[in-house]
Amino acid sequence: MVLTREDLKQVAMLAQIELDEAESNELHSQLNDLLQYVGSIDSIDTENVEPTFYLLPLKNVWRLDEDSQPPLAPDYVFQNAPGHERGFFKVPRIL
Amino acid sequence: MELFDLSAHELADLLKKREITAIDIAGAIIKRVHQVDEDVRSYVTLNEEDALEAAREIDENWSKMDAVSPLAGIPMGLKDNICTKGVRTTCSSRMLEKFIPPYSATVADRLTEAGAVLMGKLNMDEFAMGSTTESSYFFPTHNPWDLARVPGGSSGGSAAAVAAGEAVYALGSDTGGSIRQPAAFCGIVGMKPTNGLLSRNGVVPFASSLDTVGPLTKDVRDCALVLNAISGHDPLDSVSVPMEIPDYTTFLTGDIKGKRVGIIREMIDEGLDAGIGQVFKNAVNILEELGAVVEECSLPTAVSSVPIYHIISSAEASSNLARFDGVRYGYRAVPEKGKDFSLEEMYMKTRGEGFGPEVKRRILMGTYVLSSGCYEKYYLKATKVRTLIREDFQRLFEQFDVLITPTTPNLPFRLGEEVDDSLTIYNFDKYTLPVNMAGLPAISLPCGFVEDLPVGMQIIGPAFAEGALFQVAYAFEQNTPYHQERPRFQGQSAAKTVKGSEING
Repeated sequence: MVLTREDLKQVAMLAQIELDEAESNELHSQLNDLLQYVGSIDSIDTENVEPTFYLLPLKNVWRLDEDSQPPLAPDYVFQNAPGHERGFFKVPRIL
Repeated sequence: MELFDLSAHELADLLKKREITAIDIAGAIIKRVHQVDEDVRSYVTLNEEDALEAAREIDENWSKMDAVSPLAGIPMGLKDNICTKGVRTTCSSRMLEKFIPPYSATVADRLTEAGAVLMGKLNMDEFAMGSTTESSYFFPTHNPWDLARVPGGSSGGSAAAVAAGEAVYALGSDTGGSIRQPAAFCGIVGMKPTNGLLSRNGVVPFASSLDTVGPLTKDVRDCALVLNAISGHDPLDSVSVPMEIPDYTTFLTGDIKGKRVGIIREMIDEGLDAGIGQVFKNAVNILEELGAVVEECSLPTAVSSVPIYHIISSAEASSNLARFDGVRYGYRAVPEKGKDFSLEEMYMKTRGEGFGPEVKRRILMGTYVLSSGCYEKYYLKATKVRTLIREDFQRLFEQFDVLITPTTPNLPFRLGEEVDDSLTIYNFDKYTLPVNMAGLPAISLPCGFVEDLPVGMQIIGPAFAEGALFQVAYAFEQNTPYHQERPRFQGQSAAKTVKGSEING
């Protein structure tokens, strides 16, 4: 087993996803199968090989530091929000 | 032939001669949707009234338009991860079940500018993660050639709609084969363009270094016309490339004499269905008869593209999907009556309830391979293997103009088949995945039938050589009858399918 139960719990916490018991059991075995499978790339020689993070030779594409696009109108900003009040997104109490 | 059977360019010809109107076409497509969609289930959201209104406008303004776009008045559908202002965009997920985008994706805007008529939004695997369209939160889509089978995925709704005549063409997205594989399964043309050829602004991201948007069409000419309309730099997608876009229809010459075509040996291996192997062999013979110089070649790193896809795409997905937190848009879990959530509980429950099993699996996988202690072993290693795959392709393109493979090693699965064994299903993507790893363009087009089910041939080119793909694909298509075949079912009552195998020579 590459991924222990504790690891899975930790990863689910990092990803902020609640898992019930049945899901955890299933995912634990599926992820271990998958990790074992993808681990097969270990045997490929990548000594002195540069990584490819992106495919095009584009680096740091910035736009000019000026108004380019008008912002969304507040009605649009909040139209999909599960909770909002007086022009703010509403979330559970934090402090 | 009914109107819903015709391609976009055939309909455009009739429109130009004013033999039919845009309303006639929209009406015919809507009628077709009502006739068959109960069986096929391509549409998540049907945009009937707006479509008729758009068609009416095109008809009214027809005489005033100077240069009429060949896509004007033609009804199309969009995969439901392409944002459409005011029209629900769900990614086939509970998370976005009620999401109404405040703006449209650049590709959607470009089609609207070209006069396209949006019929509706098409079903997909949830967040484009899958290859059967069964992971949709809403319902699975059925393959119009055999309703007991899947249309492929993740752009399964797009492919099924075009094959069934429920849309003249559609857009899909391709991160690991999600346009080409369903196009092959549904007997139509599908293209994954070079990464950077067009904008992904407004397309819900899955794996940003791999995601592309592309057309699913009835034939190669339509594919070129749609690519013409959607390609080009967009300041809102900073990795779209500022470059001249050629008119892709100029490559539809029919002449491929002397074209150097490589068959990738690793993709006609023991994993290939024998029937598909035979159909593919016939296709190769046709290319040779047309004057192409065909040779076998090797892409030894091809096999590694499956594991590195699962590392890289999951890693990028875990980051991209972090935005779904129940705060600004999308689903939010509700606490039991009389109880309150803490902020963290709200996040955890929202994401636990809002995402389906496949999406959760990939986010967790991605989070794990990026976590400290795993990054070098999985993620960084995968990005290095990706370099080797790119170099392998570069080497082959010194020798060949294009490479060809069967698009899939298998025929469409039956609904419910294999879903329990995700490792097996991952392997079915091994002919399409290397292309995404290297960011290359590829097209899938019909090349025959096995047991009355369509088979696709994939043509791969060097970066930004879409023109060469169109040239080869068009020559093949014009010398074969497969693209003219349509599934002949009429809704639940009369399920009479055409015998595809009868025309396979």
